[in-house]
Amino acid sequence: MKLDQFAQSLLLKEFVAGFILTVKYFFKPKKTINYPFEMSHRGPRFRGEHALRRYPNGEERCIACKLCEAICPAQAITIEAGPRRNDGTRRTTRYDIDMVKCIYCGMCQEACPVDAIVEGPNMEFSVETREELYYDKAKLLENGERWEREIAKNIAKTAPYR
Amino acid sequence: MTKIIVDGVEVDVPAEYTLLQAAEAAGAEIPRFCYHERLSIAGNCRMCLVEVKGAPKPVASCAWGVRDCRPGPNGEPPEISTKSPTVKKAREGVMEFLLINHPLDCPICDQGGQCDLQDQAMAYGVDTSRFHENKRAVTDKYLGPLVRTSMNRCIHCTRCIRFSAEVAGVSDLGALWRGEDMEITSYLEKALGSELQANVADLCPVGALTHKPESYHYRPWELTKTDSVDVMDAVGSSIRVDSRGREVMRILPRVNEAVNEEWITDKTRHIVDGLRLQRLDRPFVRDNGRLRPASWQEAFATIANRVKSTSPQRIGAIVGDLAAVEEMFALKLLMQSLGVTNIDARQDGTVLSSAYGRGSYLFNTTISGIEDADAILIVGSNPRLEASLVNVRIRKRWRVAPPPIALIGEHADLTYPYEYLGAGPETLADLVSGRHSFMEKLRGAERPLIIVGQGALTRPDGLAVLSAAAGLARDVGAVNEGWNGFSILHTAASRVGALDLGLVPGEGGVTAQEMAQGGVDVLFNLGADEIEIAPGAFVVYQGTHGDRGAHRADVILPAATYTEKSGTYVNTEGRVQLANRAAFAPGEAREDWAILRALSDVLGHRLPFDSLNALRAKLYASHPHFAGIEMVQPADGAAAIQALAGIGGNLGREAFVSPVQDFYLTNPIARASGVMAECSALARELKLEAAE
Repeated sequence: MKLDQFAQSLLLKEFVAGFILTVKYFFKPKKTINYPFEMSHRGPRFRGEHALRRYPNGEERCIACKLCEAICPAQAITIEAGPRRNDGTRRTTRYDIDMVKCIYCGMCQEACPVDAIVEGPNMEFSVETREELYYDKAKLLENGERWEREIAKNIAKTAPYR
Repeated sequence: MTKIIVDGVEVDVPAEYTLLQAAEAAGAEIPRFCYHERLSIAGNCRMCLVEVKGAPKPVASCAWGVRDCRPGPNGEPPEISTKSPTVKKAREGVMEFLLINHPLDCPICDQGGQCDLQDQAMAYGVDTSRFHENKRAVTDKYLGPLVRTSMNRCIHCTRCIRFSAEVAGVSDLGALWRGEDMEITSYLEKALGSELQANVADLCPVGALTHKPESYHYRPWELTKTDSVDVMDAVGSSIRVDSRGREVMRILPRVNEAVNEEWITDKTRHIVDGLRLQRLDRPFVRDNGRLRPASWQEAFATIANRVKSTSPQRIGAIVGDLAAVEEMFALKLLMQSLGVTNIDARQDGTVLSSAYGRGSYLFNTTISGIEDADAILIVGSNPRLEASLVNVRIRKRWRVAPPPIALIGEHADLTYPYEYLGAGPETLADLVSGRHSFMEKLRGAERPLIIVGQGALTRPDGLAVLSAAAGLARDVGAVNEGWNGFSILHTAASRVGALDLGLVPGEGGVTAQEMAQGGVDVLFNLGADEIEIAPGAFVVYQGTHGDRGAHRADVILPAATYTEKSGTYVNTEGRVQLANRAAFAPGEAREDWAILRALSDVLGHRLPFDSLNALRAKLYASHPHFAGIEMVQPADGAAAIQALAGIGGNLGREAFVSPVQDFYLTNPIARASGVMAECSALARELKLEAAE
């Protein structure tokens, strides 16, 4: 027994085994990515920053049904509605999401009957003050415009499963 | 009583019950769209199908009487089933047919969340449609400024038609064509001509008729509900005030069989925007002829200065139409402590007074009592405008079995036929002296009802008219054992409470009219906006809206409206009701009693209460009947008419004029409301058209 231990110590067996493992990983492809310049894969159902979408003709999708507000478990959504001035259709006059309260559960986009409020693929919206995270309707619509192509693609991908 | 077995449970119900009522008595829930307790039976939605043992197919339970059912072969009671698979299948079939033409509008429909069709589709709907053809499309109809239509959603229950024809008494709505092509329409595309029209939107089981003024502004699930009482007229309708945050969003009727059944007037419902607009939200003090914002302390100091330099004989107080009992009580105590006897709650100059007993100014018959009257005489009133829900009761009475109804006063469309006797006191005198044929009908009646309106009492000879009417009531035996047919119809919500408190000029005191004409130097105005105050006096206005009273004021103390305070109101029949706080007063405005309490401190006569409860304890101690919420304490009618009849006096010759000429603009809240202004303009237009 003692002899066995002695031989292993003398031949540096553990050291060599560890060194082989290191060298093996050294030549394997890297798992880490160079984040700001590279992005990992995000599935089409990724629940990131919210956006309010428009129809291709520019018409706002949201019809102020308030189902997202009702379903929101964090009560992060505040909507005020009324007839739109020019045609009397039902529209929001105010659509606020408190991104600090939001828990990104995705219930709002599930409740939405017209795919107006969606959680887009964007997750890079860190800001320096809390106030900037109180999104209003203009900000959400702007998000919608910016991310429309990706959002539409993702919705098309998940459509067969909905 | 007849026995019937509902789902295996035997119940004993009146023979005239329908199967639907019998099932409800047995505790079974029956879905329905067209059936409504207060409307005639139409039986056209077919949702209430039940299975009757022995019948070949399901029957519509709303239109099938218990006495129409045959007993079993051995004389067993008839048996119905409301939960059997056949019934469920039949109802699912009906629901599928109803949904064929019903658009998938729920997300943009205001009825969403309070929709009978939505609810019942959860129980009886199927999740997919087998209908692949085009849905029916119907043009939306114009029904005026209060009701928005979306006729694609209509399921042809005809509740709206039945309501307007039966309850409101205007035949403005009807149906054209038949079957799937049926359309609900006013045909002429004109606004509904009833002051109860908004109730059709409440009745609509789907979103075909919704409330236009507040459309799209709220969802029913986000509202906080507060039971309250209406102050737009003296009927005191039971209402539910729905608010979101600090804002009142809508007002709905509450079922109260004794007062409003389940209807409210358009004014009650749609003054909601008036609660937000034109509000006084901070104290103002007049400086060099201009009102400028001030602090409470400054406003109180200004008042204290004037009050201290004025003798009590030259100080007065007028109480307006919307004041609650609490603040009137506080004002009365304050004025008593100042030694002021000039206090009056009768800004319209009515002659009613607490001096002749409580029976002399109440609607003694009670509103539900109208249904028992077998002859009705209306003196100097247009109940349709002054108290629409009293008019609805008279119409209801008339529909059951028309009693003789007569009117002395302005000619008006009361929605039921009546005998027009004359325009003024002379006709009343004729009637009293028995020279009129209607007198025989009154004499012959067992329970005659004489309604005296404010149009007959707010005139110089008002006391004589009141006396003559009381004399008439005595002569025809209107007050006897178990029946008091002498009824005063009020128009102001605060009036009966004020008279109960005795807010009439004390010894040596002057009336509201005299005070306004310069009878006092310092006038405390508690929300009286219907009275013109002559220049000269120093006016302290405590109220809610920038209306006539505030424009004339030298100091304005901003107060709370009826939705923003807890207050007691007494309606025309003497029913004590409680209004609860649904929202908060804007800005620095405070509850009225608290303002008076704070002012009393500055004036050096601190009122003996620090909380509303303490105030109420004092109030109930001195006037115990105010503690009986929802109760009517009957007054001694015989003594009252005896006292009144003894007054006598000379009757004038002028015709009676109803105090309510513009139904939609009778108080400062209504005048601030844009919706009411629109309705009023429309009503004026209709009146002009009718005159042409």
